Order: sequence, then C-alpha cells, then structure tokens
Amino acid sequence: MARKDPKKDVVIVGLGWTGAILGMELAQEGLEILALERGEDRDTVPDFKYPNIADELKYGVRYDLMQRPSASTLTIRRTLDETALPYRQLGSFLPGNGVGGAGIHWNGHTWRPQPEELRLRSYTIERFGKQTIPEDMLLEDYPVSYEDLEPHLDRFEHVAGISGQAGNLRGKIIPGGNPFEGARSRDLPLPPMPQTYDANLFAEAAKAMGYHPFPRPGSIASKSYVNEYGMQMGPCNFCGFCERFGCYNYSKGSPQVCILDALKRKPNFSYKTDSEVLRVELAPDKKTATGVSYFDHKAGEEVFQPADLVILCAYSLHNVHLLLLSGIGQPYDPVTGEGVTGRGYAYQMNGGVKLFFKDKHFNPFIGTGSNGMVIDDFGMNQIDYAREGFIGGSYISTGTTNGQPIRSMSLPPGSPAWGQGWKDAVGEWYGHSMSIGSHGSCMSYRNCYLDLDPTYKDRFGRPMMRMTFNWNENDIRMTQFMRVKMEEIAKSLNPDIMQSSFKKSGAMYDVRPYQTTHNVGGNAMGADPKKSVLNRYLQAHDVHNVFVMGAGAFPQNLEYNPTGMVGGLAYWAAHALRTDYLRQPRSLV
Amino acid sequence: MSDQPLSDWKPTRRQFLTATAISTAIGALPLQLYAAQSAAVPLDQYKPEFLNEAEWAFVMAATARLIPSGGNGPGAHEAHVPVFIDRQLAGKYGEASDWYMEGPHDPSADPALGYQTPLTPAQIYRQGIKEINTWCTNKHGKQFAELEPAQQDDVLTGLQKGDVKLPAELRDFFTLLLGNTKEGYFADPMYGGNHKMLAWSYIGFPGARASFKEWADQYNVAYPLGPVSISGERA
Repeated sequence: MARKDPKKDVVIVGLGWTGAILGMELAQEGLEILALERGEDRDTVPDFKYPNIADELKYGVRYDLMQRPSASTLTIRRTLDETALPYRQLGSFLPGNGVGGAGIHWNGHTWRPQPEELRLRSYTIERFGKQTIPEDMLLEDYPVSYEDLEPHLDRFEHVAGISGQAGNLRGKIIPGGNPFEGARSRDLPLPPMPQTYDANLFAEAAKAMGYHPFPRPGSIASKSYVNEYGMQMGPCNFCGFCERFGCYNYSKGSPQVCILDALKRKPNFSYKTDSEVLRVELAPDKKTATGVSYFDHKAGEEVFQPADLVILCAYSLHNVHLLLLSGIGQPYDPVTGEGVTGRGYAYQMNGGVKLFFKDKHFNPFIGTGSNGMVIDDFGMNQIDYAREGFIGGSYISTGTTNGQPIRSMSLPPGSPAWGQGWKDAVGEWYGHSMSIGSHGSCMSYRNCYLDLDPTYKDRFGRPMMRMTFNWNENDIRMTQFMRVKMEEIAKSLNPDIMQSSFKKSGAMYDVRPYQTTHNVGGNAMGADPKKSVLNRYLQAHDVHNVFVMGAGAFPQNLEYNPTGMVGGLAYWAAHALRTDYLRQPRSLV
Repeated sequence: MSDQPLSDWKPTRRQFLTATAISTAIGALPLQLYAAQSAAVPLDQYKPEFLNEAEWAFVMAATARLIPSGGNGPGAHEAHVPVFIDRQLAGKYGEASDWYMEGPHDPSADPALGYQTPLTPAQIYRQGIKEINTWCTNKHGKQFAELEPAQQDDVLTGLQKGDVKLPAELRDFFTLLLGNTKEGYFADPMYGGNHKMLAWSYIGFPGARASFKEWADQYNVAYPLGPVSISGERA
C-alpha cells in the first residue's frame, strides 16, 4: 500500500530552471507548493566549490553532475526497422540530475527565437510556397507569437543575468548587436564580456566579408548583478570550467544562483530530493489529475502526493516519458501519423571547421561558457528556402571555452592517435587551434518520435522510453550550405591547416560523441489537439490541471540553444496560471 | 617549445592570492587525499589494487607504446599512467556503476548505438588482456609484455584497426585502453597519473588555476604560469 501524503495545491516535478521559476511565481500567489526532485540536493557550496570543481576527469569525463544511466535512461534506434538499444553510457546528450538540473552544467548561451521561427509553417508557405515543405516534415507554427512571448523572454533574461549586446531595441537596429533578431523591449541586463583572441579573429574576418558579428548572449555575469528576486551574481573570471561543471564563482546563471535561495525562504514552498515521480495519477474520467505517485528513495517506499495542479518541470525527455506512462495524450504512431504524445522529437544540426596556426597562442583554458562572437547572417530568416532547397538556418560562432586537455585536444588531420607521433602532436598543437562552429535548426519528421520501448524496463519495472531519430536530408543540406560559408571565412584567416566536420548525405545518428543536450519535442504545443499535447499556455489539451514546461513543447527545434525560449515559455505559462487559471481552473483555450 | 610555462616565475600579488585560496581550500580536503599523495611511490614499487601480475605487465608495456618515454614530453610511465588505470579499474568506473548494464545485450550491434557489451570496463580489461596474450603466444610464442616494441606496436595497431580480432563483448578494449591512457596522462594527479603534473607542464595547461580574468583579452600571448593541482601542488 502506497503512503498517502497530505494534499498540496501544487506539485512540481523536477527542480531545475522551470521548476524554480514556476515555484517562485506560484509561491507569490500564496499556494502550498511541493517540488519533487528525483536527484540529490546541490548548492554552490559545497558542491561546486573551488578547487574541487576544477576536475576535468570527475565532471567533464565521468559526468558526475549528470543523470546516471544506471538510474534512468532510454533506448535509441535510428529507423523504424532497427531494434532500439539502451543508451547505456552517456555520449550524444547529457541530461542533468539533482536540484538545478541541467541548469547547473550548461554553458549559459541564452537566445530568443526569431519571430519567423514561431510561425515557421505560415512563414514558409507565404514566402516560398507550400511545395518547399518536404512530404515527411511535420512543420508547424508555434501557437504563440513573438509579441506574446517578448515580455517573458525579457523577464527570463533579467532573472538569469544575460551579458550581451542588443541588436534590435524596439525596432531600432543597434550597431554591434544582432541586426536579424526580433525587437527587444529593453536592453540586456549586463554588457558583453571581453572576447578572447579566436573570437576577435573570427569577428574581424566576418566583418571584412560584410557580415554582422556580435557577442554571444550568455547567462554569464560580466559585472556584479542583482536580479528581481534579490539574487546576486559576481563577475566571471574566465575560469574555463563551465560546460559540465557547476560555477564556483556565482557567475553562471543557474537555478541556485538566480532563484533557489530566494524561493527556499518562502514558507509555502518546500521541496523533497531523492523523490522520483513515477506517473501522474488521473481521475477516473481522465480529464483531471489527482496528483502524482513517486518513489521516496530515502524512505524506500512509493508515495501518493495529491495536488490540485501538477506541473511537469523535468528534463524534456523525462516529461514525455511521464506523459506516456500516465496516459496523457494519445501516443503517436508513425505508421498512421495519428496520436500526439511523442510526436515530433527533434535535435540540433551542428558543424564545425578547425583552424590550426603554428604561430598563434589561444590559451584554450581561458574562457567563459558563453565566450564568443557570432554571426546570424545565415539564420532562419535570412535563407531563401526555395532557392537553397532546405528549410532551416544556423548561427555561426567562434569562442574558446572548456579547453581542458582530456576532451579538448584538437590535432591536425592525419595526426597519429597514439605513440611518439601523438605525443609530439599534443606538445606542438595544444593551444594552437581555434574553431568556427555552426549551430542550426533541426526540423521534426514523421519518423522521428518517442514512445515506450517494448523490451527494456527501468529500475521500477516501467517500460523505458524509446527514441527513434535519424538525421534528415533537409537538415544535412542546411549544414552543407553552412560549410561553404564557414570555409570561406576560415580560409580568409590563412590557417596553416584546416579541417571541416559536417554531416554528409546519408549520415546516421551516432550516440557516442557528445553533440548537444538540446533534445526537443515530443509534447508539442499547438493549436490543433490532433497534432499537439499542449495548448498555447503549456496546458495539456486533455487534462487541464497538468502543465508541462520545457523544450518538449517545441513543435520543431529552433536554430538556437533552447534555454532562453524555455525560460520565456515558463514565465508565459506562469503568467497565464497567475492571472487566469487560478481564478477559474479549466482549459484556457 | 615556445609555449612551455616558465619554471622560475616570480610571484605576483595575484598569484599570492591564488595560492592563499588554494591553501584555504586544502584545509578542507579530506585526510585520505593526503594519504594518497604521500603514497605516490615510484612506479616500480606500486602495488596494484585491481590488476594481477600479468595484467599489470600488459598495462605497463602497452601504455609505454601508446605514450612512449623519450623525445619531447613525459611518457606514460613518467606520468604514472598505469597507476591511474589500475585505480580507475578498482573503483566505480571499473564496475560501470553509473551505466545501465541490464540485458538483453547485443554486443554485435552497430557501434554507433554505443556501449552494448554485458561486461564492465574491469571485466573487459581482464578478459581482453588474456585474449591478447593468448594471441601473442600463438603468433610469437611470448606474451605481449615480452615482445619487442615494434611487435607490440603491430599488435596495438592490429587491435586499433580490428585486424587482431577480439570477441564482440571485448571489441571496445582498445578504445578503453587508449582513452584511459590519455585520461591518466592529463587528469589531476590525485587520481594517480599525471605524476608531478608533467603532462600539464609539457603542453602548457595550468591545471586547476581557474582564474584568468585579466588574461582573456591579451591576444596571442602564451600564458606564462605553470600548473597547480587540486591538492595545491605546483610545477
């Protein structure tokens, strides 16, 4: 018999960025809130303190802050006729674990979507004609406009302390910013960080070619900063231990640094760690949730936690898994194209050019997570989809970061992998290379989706989630377009040696090398309940007291890193809850 | 090497502050770390925790070919890489305790689907070394460690290219061995390798200094300071 705990007004599943935001916003309404976090508790001290955090092996290579596959993972296959196998050790993507979630180990890159990206289906048809959309592409409009979201994107940027340069302030193009971005209602809270040598070389070369370089916007404080919750950030010291590490210096935005200490002071908010939610419990008519069941690892028992409102704030993949296990939304079937839960999983299409210079010193260990200069001249709203033969776009950037030697040892093509030749090469080339990277869109397709695995179970005996994903030719054409543009910039810098790495036609997804932790889709937001799980307020179409935060709501991926959009959507949903739903709980559309 | 860190740098105020921060932090470190430090015995006196005699001989011989001594920079032996590997295999990495290891397993699956063997890294080393020694004995009449360096290189190349065939459950052996060797070369010395931070000094990586604000926009200037380790060693 499961333990039953006293009822709460709100239960939040997962205490990362979105859990902290929703906790803070709803705590201000006086509601009794409980957040359940499956991992351990974490804080800057003792968990990220210097010098212990400066440990590449523990955090960068052995993934000490990440989800342990032994506790939770999924299976992966590339095609419908392949047998999915467990993602047994981390590689391609690194979901977080514990209080703070992936908001601890990210790099801080914080972007807004382009206005065009939020109405991509309409934009594509209006500008280039319906025939440009490939038959198997699930191209959709987001059910919110840029104008709807702008105040909430702005709010997140000011909570997370973004350093950068606005490019479009209320419609006025500002020199030195991104001229292709949507209009901002106000400037970013902090000025840009200084730039390292490689970023400066790239920016000069790009500018000479007529492009528009600007500093990468990032949740890395360039100066001391206090946000609306009274939380303080200190200026970043370029320690170089950013991605995969917690910040010892209170400089990288995270739930800990930007929200949690203020939230923990609210008497009506509490949280439990080592509490792993197993499913959302539904009323017999399946139209409302009654609460959640979770496993209390400390007590060693299952608990039913009743609540009036359930907000899923786990990592996108875990939210989709919980929806599938709880029977919220009809599971997607790629054969019939029917169903919504799991539909439209997407990733990110990236590429890169490495440049080697015998006589230049880059000091790759010096950098912030968001260090770098960027051009968005080949972004989504700058490409002629009809002429180029793909729907998509990328930003292109350079910036040294995380240059520790186990993982960041770029050697020229043809260098031996071991032996005296390898040892000579690491001595000769460490610190003498830079790279130009592209970070681009990935559309959603009929055969890329999430469902429950027929074979593998997790430690609770629940079916694991199964990911079916492969690269698609549309996105490969996009990245090959970027390759040509990037190689032109790279050549203009006259490196001694150059090496390109871009997906080629027919490329199959490889789960081993790290690519990006931008796993999106699976519980899309949309106007049509036949194609989406959530409405425009991130509220489940079918179960009105379940809201789902995170990038699972993206109908297809953006060109950009998702966290800015995820934060903006969380504030947008919180606003709808506070100003409308709580007064009269019901479906908001 | 033009980017070799200076060995006789003069302390500046900032370095003094860094050193102070490190000393403060050392005060908080657990005692067993000191124990591990003081136990950094010469390589030939190290008593392996996981590897048996034949396995230790293999790891000593193989790492000496993967990162040889002589020429520029330290070799795997000067950096105590075999100590690192032994300790990793004796610990939770060796047991794959963070990885999902439940069946069914398909160790012959497309390698792009990742680690699919039922064996832990410790088991892969144990069984892999045995297989390779058998292969060497059949081919050359000697175990791997007793072969000439050129023959050892041929065996390692064969493993790397798949010409020396191992059972599917062991096919990741060379990838693990090479990866662990490089980890042991470049990881913080508290894990037993990168002895005296020799590998960091060689390539110009300053280790756990982790504070560079005034260096970010100094362009094309090699950072001059030598490394520090998490326990506060300097080189």
